[in-house]
Amino acid sequence: MARLKLFIPFALFIIIGGFFYIMMDRINEGEYHPQALPSALVNKSFPAFKLPKLEQLEDTVTAADMLGDIALVNVWATWCPSCHEEHQYLNQLAQQGVRIFGINYKDDVFKAQGWLKQRGNPYLFNVVDKQGKLGLDMGVTGAPETYVIDHRGFVRLRFQGPLNERVWQDKFVPLLEQLRSEKQQEGTS
Amino acid sequence: MIPELGHFSLILAFCLSIILAIVPMVGALRGNHDWMRLARSLAAGQFIFVLASFLLLAYSFLHDDFSVMVVANHSNSLLPDAYKFSAIWGGHEGSLLLWVLILAFWTVMVAVYSRELPLDMVAQVLSVMGMVSVGLLSFLLLTSSPFERILPFAPLEGADLNPLLQDPGMVIHPPMLYFGYVGFSVTFAFAIAALSSGRLDAAWARWSRPWANVAWVFLTLGIALGSWWAYYELGWGGWWFWDPVENASFMPWLAGTALIHSLAVTEKRGVFKSWTVLLAIFAFSLSLLGTFLVRSGVLTSVHSFAADPSRGLFILAFLVVVIGGSLLLYALRAPTVASKSSFTILSREMLLLINNVVLLVAMLTILFGTLFPLIMDGLELGKYSVGPPYFNAVFVPLMAILIVFMGVGPSTHWKQTRASYLRAQLLMAAVGSVIVGLVFPFVYGDGFSLPVALSVCFAAWLVFSCLANIREKTRNAKSLVAGLRRLNRSYYGMVVGHIGMALAVLGVCLTSQYSEEVDLRMAAGESTELAGYRYQFEGTRQVKGPNYNGTEGIIRVFQDDKQIAELLPQKRRYHAKRGQVMTEASIDASLWRDLYVAMGEELATDAWAIRIHYKPFVRWMWLGAIFMAIGGVLGALDKRYRVKQKASRSQVIEGAVS
Repeated sequence: MARLKLFIPFALFIIIGGFFYIMMDRINEGEYHPQALPSALVNKSFPAFKLPKLEQLEDTVTAADMLGDIALVNVWATWCPSCHEEHQYLNQLAQQGVRIFGINYKDDVFKAQGWLKQRGNPYLFNVVDKQGKLGLDMGVTGAPETYVIDHRGFVRLRFQGPLNERVWQDKFVPLLEQLRSEKQQEGTS
Repeated sequence: MIPELGHFSLILAFCLSIILAIVPMVGALRGNHDWMRLARSLAAGQFIFVLASFLLLAYSFLHDDFSVMVVANHSNSLLPDAYKFSAIWGGHEGSLLLWVLILAFWTVMVAVYSRELPLDMVAQVLSVMGMVSVGLLSFLLLTSSPFERILPFAPLEGADLNPLLQDPGMVIHPPMLYFGYVGFSVTFAFAIAALSSGRLDAAWARWSRPWANVAWVFLTLGIALGSWWAYYELGWGGWWFWDPVENASFMPWLAGTALIHSLAVTEKRGVFKSWTVLLAIFAFSLSLLGTFLVRSGVLTSVHSFAADPSRGLFILAFLVVVIGGSLLLYALRAPTVASKSSFTILSREMLLLINNVVLLVAMLTILFGTLFPLIMDGLELGKYSVGPPYFNAVFVPLMAILIVFMGVGPSTHWKQTRASYLRAQLLMAAVGSVIVGLVFPFVYGDGFSLPVALSVCFAAWLVFSCLANIREKTRNAKSLVAGLRRLNRSYYGMVVGHIGMALAVLGVCLTSQYSEEVDLRMAAGESTELAGYRYQFEGTRQVKGPNYNGTEGIIRVFQDDKQIAELLPQKRRYHAKRGQVMTEASIDASLWRDLYVAMGEELATDAWAIRIHYKPFVRWMWLGAIFMAIGGVLGALDKRYRVKQKASRSQVIEGAVS
């Protein structure tokens, strides 16, 4: 019996260790982000803004131009290495007909324009958020981040990190299907 | 070529560590003396090759070889040489190499200063340290080699060391801390060797004690340096944040403090053996946790290194083998039979046990607070952050309990103490400390304040009870001086350490209670008053450093119309790519108070946001840490660790025969 008591520290350690293993596994699977903060925005409406358009700097765009249908809002910048990584994938998505809006976050406007010319432009249009004010309203903590907005203009998902096929299939496809069915129901009712 | 030599040298060290981990251990199990005798030379060889590898990396840093990835990421040709050197441990790979170097150093120290020990014990201890070294060196070589190159297109300039780390405090803080962390590997190795050979006796405790003390001293100084650095470098006068990494260094300190006390009981009375062994395992396990938790990417902290999932898994596997393995060994081999020695509730054994329990509870509450957000997140119960309110709420009462018993402990005897004797010893000290506590807030402050009265009372209790004990100890001597001469070094170590604790308590509590600060906009020529000092902002001038440009504010401080200081806070912009802007606070320090000025943004031409702090007694905190460290050194230098101990010899021989 006395011997059994001596196993307590070992047992506790194994529990903690097992817990760490699970958390680390979830990080590797992309299910858990220790840095992720809950976005104040999820299930709230997209914040209002009035900012220049990257493609046509003298034009301004507002939230109303983006909302109305299911879409992705992708926060990117030329200074962000992971954005290079995900750009090709965004191009693919755009070809498949996914509606993507871009927010060019705290970036050099001319570099950003050059980037889109060189690498292709998957975005319907881009908002220039040079000071990061819109980003602040959205609770952006770094680029890239991708938001899903539904047809009523509510933010339904915030994803941090680069998009790729696996993340897309795991996180976005099911949600987008759900949003589409929500939209249809509302349309018919 | 140089980095490749470094890499090669590290691989050789790795090979030697494998041999060290296996051969002497097997030799000890089989009684093969030749194999056991290899341990010392292997330890020396390992150290030489790790050192060579470290020096070669240092060469790459000092010669700006930006083809080496860690140099390109953490150094810059404009950095002063001292910071180029300290940039080695500015990143994950280099700091890990430093860790391994210090481990190799401790190993070689054990090899050199273990003439008194029986050969099989030395062999096992060095072998256990070799095993730890194998784990770390393979981690270093497989996942985080510091000698990785960026070829063929090496950058022309490095990214620069984070300006926060470009500071003398940061040059010595990490090595100090690591010396402390890794120092506990020695007591850990002793504990494992004692467990596996079944020789958990007083001799084992005596061998461990000086090592535990020295490791604890380094850790104490390392933590104090970190806190001091945060205070003057981060620019807002804070000195402890309960950040996961700080907690990670504090937990082994608490376990180590418990360990050095528990070792005393085990050495003198032969009791608490299992407990002491467990603490030795805890102290090192927590050190490992402290070093690696931040590198695994699971916990986030301002101190985090870039996380990499493959590293995380390796670290976890390593921790499971080292910590899990040793706890399993403990469960299987620790003695379950209670020692014959008996003691009553009022005895030194009991008080030291209470001290241990309080320290361990404190350690566990910090561990819990640090892991809580992660646990809640893992169980999907929401996002939490556990901050200073939690830690202060649980930690302060625990320390108060600890201090009450710290005052009683030295006056008790082993086995049994009469209550009437204790009362006679300590009544004066108790009454005196309550009076001092009650009077202090009226004399120093504006009126009564309960937190101040309590903390002064506790600190006074520690000091007075120590004095009462010294008086008692010297009572029978011819004169006070003759009596003081007769007391041994470890007794002085205890007294100095406990008084250090009193100083630290005063520093922490009085700073928190009496600090004043103000944030204001100051234009050139304006002045303001804070806590009896007048601060006059004279304007700014441009300054140029080796790798930055900056603006320096000139603030003259007057007391009673007499200038007592000129403070020159700076705002620096570093040249390197990242172009970070840093605030350098300027401090007029003295024993009784610090005047602390930091510069914020320029609000208009020649008008700046200025933050002024008045911090009384803040130095006492670090002074207390220095006292504790001196106490620890005195304890380690006690004569009995150097005089040949016949008793231990004979015990060893008995052990070997049986």
